[in-house]
Amino acid sequence: MSAQGETILDIRGVSGGYGGVDILHSVDLNLKQGELVVIVGPNGAGKSTLMKAAFGLVRVSKGQISLAGEDITNISPDRLVHKGMSYVPQEHNVFPTMTVQENLDMGAYIRTDDARPQMERIFELFPRLKERRKQPAGLMSGGERQMVAMGRALMVEPKVLMLDEPTAGLAPAFVQQVFEWIQRINEAGISILMVEQNAKQALRIAERGYVLATGENRYEDTGAALLANREVAEMFLGGR
Amino acid sequence: MNLAGFYHYGLYFLTTAGVYGILALALNMQWGLTGLFNLGIAGFYAVGAYASALLTTPPAAEHWGGLGMPMPVGVAVAMLASGLLAFVIGAATIRLRSDYLAIATLGIAEIIRLVIKNEMWLTGGVRGIAGVQPPFHTDNQLVMLAVVVVCLIVLYWLVERARISPWGRVMRGIRENEDASMAAGKHVARFRLESFVVGSAFMGLGGALYAHFNGFISPEAFRPLYGTFIIWVMLIAGGSANNFGAMVGTIGVWFVWTMSQMLTDLLPGGLATQAGAVRIFLIGLLLQVILLARPSGLFPERPPPLIGRRERKKHR
Amino acid sequence: MHNVLQLTYDGIVLGSILALGAIGVSMIFGILRFAHFAHGDLMTVGAYLAYTFVRWLHWPIWLAALPAIVLAALIAVALDQIFYRRLRRVAPVILLISSFATALMLRALVQIIWGPDNHVYEQGISIPIRAFGLIITPDSLKVLIGAAIMVTVVHLFLAHTKMGKSMRAMSDNMDLALISGVPVNRVIFWTWMFAGVLAAVAGILLGLNTRLIPTMGWDTLLPIFAAAILGGVGRPYGAILGGFIIGLAMNYSVLFLPSAYKLAVAFVIMIVVLIVRPQGILKGLSL
Repeated sequence: MSAQGETILDIRGVSGGYGGVDILHSVDLNLKQGELVVIVGPNGAGKSTLMKAAFGLVRVSKGQISLAGEDITNISPDRLVHKGMSYVPQEHNVFPTMTVQENLDMGAYIRTDDARPQMERIFELFPRLKERRKQPAGLMSGGERQMVAMGRALMVEPKVLMLDEPTAGLAPAFVQQVFEWIQRINEAGISILMVEQNAKQALRIAERGYVLATGENRYEDTGAALLANREVAEMFLGGR
Repeated sequence: MNLAGFYHYGLYFLTTAGVYGILALALNMQWGLTGLFNLGIAGFYAVGAYASALLTTPPAAEHWGGLGMPMPVGVAVAMLASGLLAFVIGAATIRLRSDYLAIATLGIAEIIRLVIKNEMWLTGGVRGIAGVQPPFHTDNQLVMLAVVVVCLIVLYWLVERARISPWGRVMRGIRENEDASMAAGKHVARFRLESFVVGSAFMGLGGALYAHFNGFISPEAFRPLYGTFIIWVMLIAGGSANNFGAMVGTIGVWFVWTMSQMLTDLLPGGLATQAGAVRIFLIGLLLQVILLARPSGLFPERPPPLIGRRERKKHR
Repeated sequence: MHNVLQLTYDGIVLGSILALGAIGVSMIFGILRFAHFAHGDLMTVGAYLAYTFVRWLHWPIWLAALPAIVLAALIAVALDQIFYRRLRRVAPVILLISSFATALMLRALVQIIWGPDNHVYEQGISIPIRAFGLIITPDSLKVLIGAAIMVTVVHLFLAHTKMGKSMRAMSDNMDLALISGVPVNRVIFWTWMFAGVLAAVAGILLGLNTRLIPTMGWDTLLPIFAAAILGGVGRPYGAILGGFIIGLAMNYSVLFLPSAYKLAVAFVIMIVVLIVRPQGILKGLSL
């Protein structure tokens, strides 16, 4: 059990990318127990790629990634789930022909114990899902699908939750709701690493943030400090 | 068999190998160059054969046409008909993913075969069309062989030129990455359609030559096994995307096929059919072994030279 | 003059056979991402295996079906282990060609072992039942009952077992299934077992409905592909729907076309679907 404030996810000097071409160049990042850390940056900065590398979906050519001290570099995703990591991709993040209930069941796939208490907690967080538990996930609106996607990831009671642009494509009013949910999940004790395009709003709820550009680290600071930094705001936050 | 027998059989063997060679090269244009997975070769092959047969035979009650035209006209129309059919089919299906294109082309070939079988007024149905004349109306096998070889050489030259042309190089790059080609859009689709149409026109040529060579055609010759699958085996065995390899594959596979046919023909009646099944089993197994061991066939693809011939001459 | 009611009945009978074949093809398409051209001949193998138990042990067809189904499932898994597994990383067209070769091998083996002639499960003439203006043969009733049982079993498997849900999940979204910790190789094993079972039953029912001949499965393959594509590839319930639509369409077509063109009708529907709405009715895998 890692104590409060200990590093739970450590990314050091990681380079990697698709098909043998490196998109990431020696990136450093860490996530401490209980933290909410955000990765921002312009399009094509490699933010999603970094997250996928951490989850074994993209090959790491150099560097190391550790989870609670254990080396997990290039381990396949289905094994990472067993170690307490959960990932919500930006797109195609639900099982479209399966119902909400079934999506959550799939989230609990590796669990051998009773997952119903966790499912109740998720329905408390997302009451709309409880109403629509028998509906196929593919027929739901963007916002509802995001709930299903996050719910699926939470079923395994992860130590670390990784979210790739959770507010992408959602109506502005809904974006705020999503950030509230993320905060609530974080307050329940789950460490969260999040990539976001809605940088300003994301940094407001984050403890720390990283700015990535062209596959490299550019800035690292607390959320508030990054928001106050004019250079960062102009060059990387695009006024949003 | 006496010496004369060997000679005649040899010519027969070479001529059929030549026809198959034309089909294999035409397929290589579609598959090797542009990555089109055509399982409907038999359809275009059949259309070409029937077009030429119907045009060049004398009038007959059993089928339509019989316009008694000379062979070159028959062959030209055969190529036109196959090419046109390919254009219509291709315009609708060229953007499909390989599996689906395969199924669609197979389905179309089967539809064509069903029409040929059932529209007796048009094609003579299962009775087929007889009396298709060899070139120049001569019985000399060498003439037929010569015609086939000339066509083969012309086609080989054409396909090789296409392969090393800038167009060919672009298509090769795109063929390796199907997703990229899906995204690349109109330009690529147009090139693929062109190669589909031209390749199919040459399949029609093969069909026409077959008709004039065999003298008789019927729907039986265009079943998927003989009209499509065997050509794929030839291409894969020899090396897809490599035209020389395709030729080697054609002769090799045809040799094995006809030799095993001769051996099984020596067996008594009932056993011969069963031996035929053994033959097919072994061909299937051979193909599997090739796919597992060397999916690129005996001859790997030779990438076209990095710089064109003119520039190479300059640098010498 | 054609009796539309009779055509409907015959269409439903044919449709149930196509549906069972199409479910297997659709799941292989959805999970393994290739067109399994040997599926028809796998059906043929199942039918002939059952025939062996009927002919030599004099078992009733429903009992003979059991060992045939088990053997066919094991053969399906073996085919994957021997041939397809090694080709998974290579292009899907290579898998297609390999399955085409497998089809030839299976068909040839059937002919070698059981001979090229027709066979039937039951000799002699069975008296058809005349009811509701229909001619109902006992064999066609067996087909309907067998298909109904099979579809129920399939539904229970897919909706209520962990493996069934894993298969649907993998077919829906392969990456997300991986991310959720689904053991891919185990699911693939069960997919082949599933496909083999369905193919065997479809083959036996086909043999009951018509007769046994080495090309029986191959002749039905393209309509089965049509049904799978029509229903949406990777969608098992779509495959059932597609099967019935194709079966009915093929039978209704005799109202307008010579019966020789029944197959052509299935192909034309399939080609139209591929061009106009390739994801099928229930929106399966996108192309």
